[in-house]
Amino acid sequence: MNDVTSDNGPDIPDDFRYAPSHEWARVEDDQVTVGISDFAQQSLGDVVYVELPQVGDEVSAGAEACVVESVKAAADVYAPVSGTVVAINEALEEAPEMVNQDPYGDGWFFKIEPTALDEMDDLLDADGYQQHCESEDDED
Amino acid sequence: MPVLAPCWYQPADEVMDMPERRTALYDLHVAAKARMVPFAGWSMPLNYGSQIAEHHDVRRSAGMFDVSHMTITDLTGTGARELLARLFANDVDKAAPGRAVYGVLLNASGGVIDDVIVYGRDSGYRVVSNAATCEKVLDWLRVHAGGFDVAVHERRDLALIAVQGPNALTSFSAATAMDVVDLGAFSAREQNGWMVARTGYTGEDGVEVALPNDQAVALWQRLSNAGVAPAGLAARDTLRLEAGLLLYGQDMDETTSPLESNLGWTVAWDPAERDFVGREALARQRSRGPERVLRGVVLAGRGVIRQGQRVETNAGGGTVTSGIFSPTLGYSIGFARLPRGATGDCLIEIRRSDIPGRIVRPPFVRQGKQVFK
Repeated sequence: MNDVTSDNGPDIPDDFRYAPSHEWARVEDDQVTVGISDFAQQSLGDVVYVELPQVGDEVSAGAEACVVESVKAAADVYAPVSGTVVAINEALEEAPEMVNQDPYGDGWFFKIEPTALDEMDDLLDADGYQQHCESEDDED
Repeated sequence: MPVLAPCWYQPADEVMDMPERRTALYDLHVAAKARMVPFAGWSMPLNYGSQIAEHHDVRRSAGMFDVSHMTITDLTGTGARELLARLFANDVDKAAPGRAVYGVLLNASGGVIDDVIVYGRDSGYRVVSNAATCEKVLDWLRVHAGGFDVAVHERRDLALIAVQGPNALTSFSAATAMDVVDLGAFSAREQNGWMVARTGYTGEDGVEVALPNDQAVALWQRLSNAGVAPAGLAARDTLRLEAGLLLYGQDMDETTSPLESNLGWTVAWDPAERDFVGREALARQRSRGPERVLRGVVLAGRGVIRQGQRVETNAGGGTVTSGIFSPTLGYSIGFARLPRGATGDCLIEIRRSDIPGRIVRPPFVRQGKQVFK
């Protein structure tokens, strides 16, 4: 995708970890909260549905956990770490636009009780993810 | 998160070696933080933030689209009418000076080369065709022009701006001091190098304005000051689909006839002796009836209908040609090419699940209201 404007580049906060497939992950009380990045929501455009996993689902790092549909496209969301889904953001059922408006806050997708918290170390930090997004932009 | 490529992206290898063309309004789009994307060799605004908000702007008030990437071709000379009588499947004589007529150009087997609007002018005709088909249509016109006294002139010196929505006419009049409120539907007026036509691609009232490139920025800014919101290609796609309007290359192409695309009404069969290109093949298909037809499909549940999905019907299987989430209706709608006789309920295969849907007759929305049953 050609994002020719430089001053509306994606927001990439320092205190999150990122998967190359554009999910973010953040550890709170030994649980991992998961959402999609600002880069991802900008690429998708207006989100109209989120098909969340169910509480109790087992998910594997790098495997499909749920689906997000925007006006423009459908995309799989991968679990950044392995574990069990312990909470889902039910508010997205009624207000999927929160994924666009607040991707790192109210637009979170689900929480995982991780089997191995050190899988977080395999994810990108903000600098690494920034470079990853720039390289994807350059591909176009 | 692999994102399926929507129709307005071209594979990178097709555009890599070619610099993208820019319209006269390019700098304004960038300054407005539009998301610019490659489209048919042009760099065009996909959205200016939210395509849903832009969609509602057009349905509820007024929006403006830069559609300067479309192809404007002027035909002049005493043979212009005869050329169009040969190539245009609709009746060129309906395009009297100041009148516009929608129709298709056909190949010899009755497939659609492009859908176009022909505007009648004092000095001949103006043909507005799609961006992606630019070279093909110009070649088609020029090849056939050989037998007639006609000049084919591509007008890249003109920009094209569509102003659409319930407030479009009053906003345009306020912005330009050109009174267009009395302009009839599918009528056009020319003044000082501008052509203002009461046509559009959204299902709303409005005008499309062709004007010199060096005046486009000033008009865009004046419209903006008059309260008209910029809208991108993404909103244009959801608006046209709700309005039941087809997109060339997606809902129809050279392998489908107008009879297979709900466009039989654009074919002028009289007079019987008019020998337009594609007539013979089309007449054969007409006498036996087309095997496939284009219908609307709606999904009342969750999910979004997308191009390429399979549709199972009472009469057999078909394929979605265009699908969107409809911002006006709040659920997904689309077009599908289905076996003739398909009606009632259907199943649409969305990500390996069969989701119940319903077959309807487009349009879906006109002037902001649901119109299908």
